[in-house]
Amino acid sequence: MELALSPEDAAFRDEVRTFIADSYPAEMRVPNPETDLTKEQMLLWHRVLHKKGWIAPLWPKEYGGPGWSITRRFIFEQETTRAGALPPLAFSVTMVGPVIYTFGNEVQKKKFLPRILSGEDWWCQGYSEPGSGSDLATVRTKAVRDGDHYIVNGHKTWTTLAQHADWIFCLVRTDPSAKPQSGISFLLIDMKSPGVTVRPIITIDGSHEVNDVFLENVRVPAENLIGEENKGWTYAKFLLGNERTSMAGIGRSTRYLERLKRIVKAEIPQDDPAHLEFIRDIARVELDVLALEATELRVVAQMARGIDPGPAASLFKIRGTEIFQNITELTHRAIGNCGLAIREHPVSANHFMPGPDYGHTASEKYLNSRKLSIYGGSNEIQRNIIAKAVLGL
Amino acid sequence: MDIQFTEEQELLRSSVQRLLRDQYDFDARRKTVASEEGISRKQWADFAELGLLAAPFSEDVGGLGGGPLSTMIIMQEFGRHLVVEPFVETVVLAGGLIEQAGSDQQKQGFIPEIIAGTKIWALAWAEKGSRFDLATVATTARRDGGDYVLSGEKTAVIAAPWADYLIVSARISGDRDDRGGVSLFVVDRRAANLHLQSFKTIDGRRAAEVSLNNVRGQLLGRDGEGVAALEACRDRVIGALCAEAVGAIGELNSATLEYSKTRKQFGTTIGSFQVLQHRMVDMFIAHQEALSLMQHLNLGLSAGEAAVSRLASGAKSKVGYAGKFVADQAVQLHGGMGMTDELNIGHYFKRISSINIQFGDPAYHLLRYARLDTAA
Repeated sequence: MELALSPEDAAFRDEVRTFIADSYPAEMRVPNPETDLTKEQMLLWHRVLHKKGWIAPLWPKEYGGPGWSITRRFIFEQETTRAGALPPLAFSVTMVGPVIYTFGNEVQKKKFLPRILSGEDWWCQGYSEPGSGSDLATVRTKAVRDGDHYIVNGHKTWTTLAQHADWIFCLVRTDPSAKPQSGISFLLIDMKSPGVTVRPIITIDGSHEVNDVFLENVRVPAENLIGEENKGWTYAKFLLGNERTSMAGIGRSTRYLERLKRIVKAEIPQDDPAHLEFIRDIARVELDVLALEATELRVVAQMARGIDPGPAASLFKIRGTEIFQNITELTHRAIGNCGLAIREHPVSANHFMPGPDYGHTASEKYLNSRKLSIYGGSNEIQRNIIAKAVLGL
Repeated sequence: MDIQFTEEQELLRSSVQRLLRDQYDFDARRKTVASEEGISRKQWADFAELGLLAAPFSEDVGGLGGGPLSTMIIMQEFGRHLVVEPFVETVVLAGGLIEQAGSDQQKQGFIPEIIAGTKIWALAWAEKGSRFDLATVATTARRDGGDYVLSGEKTAVIAAPWADYLIVSARISGDRDDRGGVSLFVVDRRAANLHLQSFKTIDGRRAAEVSLNNVRGQLLGRDGEGVAALEACRDRVIGALCAEAVGAIGELNSATLEYSKTRKQFGTTIGSFQVLQHRMVDMFIAHQEALSLMQHLNLGLSAGEAAVSRLASGAKSKVGYAGKFVADQAVQLHGGMGMTDELNIGHYFKRISSINIQFGDPAYHLLRYARLDTAA
């Protein structure tokens, strides 16, 4: 499905498509880009996009963005995901960057924004804590002012790719006596500071994506505070809004759906009664994707006319994650007995995997995608948001 | 329909429970899974000593005569503790096939070693492209003197890397998916020209692709009756795997319920949210249904009912879907913790996923259940 594009936007789409096809690094085409790449490999595409001036579609021109319209931003994202390119690290470009240029001071903008664009600094997100998952407003990590520093103590968790990070943006409690939402500040912490410890969390697919981050008497210069003290909740919500809109994942689902069709064709003979079952299941998901894509296009068209979709973005998160989980599950089912096998981590060519290549990551994708309905605000929370803010219940 | 267990059966259950409670906590299991071999030989010897490896066999062959109900009791407890040692493969699959189809000499030769815990077995039936069909066999066997010589490739043979013997299905005559012409053979796993390519499974076990290139084997059961023997064997293993799944489902439900009563968000326990309450009610119902159907199947197996094969497919499907629902929701309700390797929840999820692949997924058995309806 395509947006009805003006000739200029259609030309832009073709330009993006050609650029990705010509410039996406071959080294990044590995069985599972999300887990198989080193930090350096992950940054290859980032650097190519930076050189081209396309690394930060969301950013205003004055800070180094390309100055694209909403439609063009959408086209770029669509082409990227359709091509199966691993998007640049969201925590840097999509999340902390906009917070810094929106709420940060001039010094902070000068210091951090260029390094985010170039990929010099790798950022991770210090939001969740063991006691604060869905209920983020209860974060307990404490930051106590001590002269021109904050002394930070606490425990952040589910910190994605913290093992590579140079910086972490943290929600910290600066006023313990205020209401939960009112006593939070947004603080930037250098990961090399004494007192910062990263501990890997291995997930059920065997991979190492997330971490615990322990902060013990970490001295953070007060100049690393974003905006005003105790206003961090406002900035955090702003950032989470950016996170959610990209969660429909149409491009990714479309690609995995096409792959699923190829696998079913190869694995299950047409005279096997299971074949018809798969055809039906696939058709059902395909319609789910189509409906979500049509919704997304409708919303993009509205946004282009200046209408804010607001909390309806939760719909994208709910359906986008459910659809992808469904596709990974069908794929795992389609490969039959080979679905018993799982690749060992860290990945090595020395480990034998049975069956055709297309099935080698099916088990780990199936297991890993269970996280989608949990992270970024669980799907239960997203439904609460729609119930309250959209339906007024 | 609830089973009234005999004193002997209650004794079996409590002794398995005691053994696993003392020796098989989650940390002990983790160490075993991470070890070089991936199972504990000592644990296996302890199972033998307690009589678990003898329990289902008839007294004629040196067993305790407990039949499918003793297997059910053991497997339910194994499911609760995520036991990785190959009881299903050695006792239920191979032991069952030898007892059912083997010659007196084979029974007397092989079963005492199984009961004593000195030999481990695996069953190699699946092939590339066979999916879940027992009759699709391209591996060939040709007669050579008193023996047979086997050639072909078998896939996803669980426990093969640990095994001393394999039972292999191979074709003596007919086309690739003819029911007739398939026989079963006993092969020494260390035989010449037999090669394994080992891999780890999602549920922390070891399996292998097995290639046979003129490997000597002895016939097990009657020539050409391999598929029928495998079908009966599948019914029995479904009884065992469903019992294991029900054990795992029960553990997932109690852990999730406990967690929902202690985990606080938004100033209250998450168990106080109605949406999660209803979810857990559905998980409870799924467990009850799965337990009932699983017991019903095992009673049918125990009584040797004629229509048990259709019921086995029905149970595999229903228990499979129940397990999948409960496992999905247990991970979801545990939030990020449910995704971690550290917590046991994800490991139950993976075992249930593995059970749902073995011998046919829930969709396959739903179709088979429908096809075997004589009234339809």
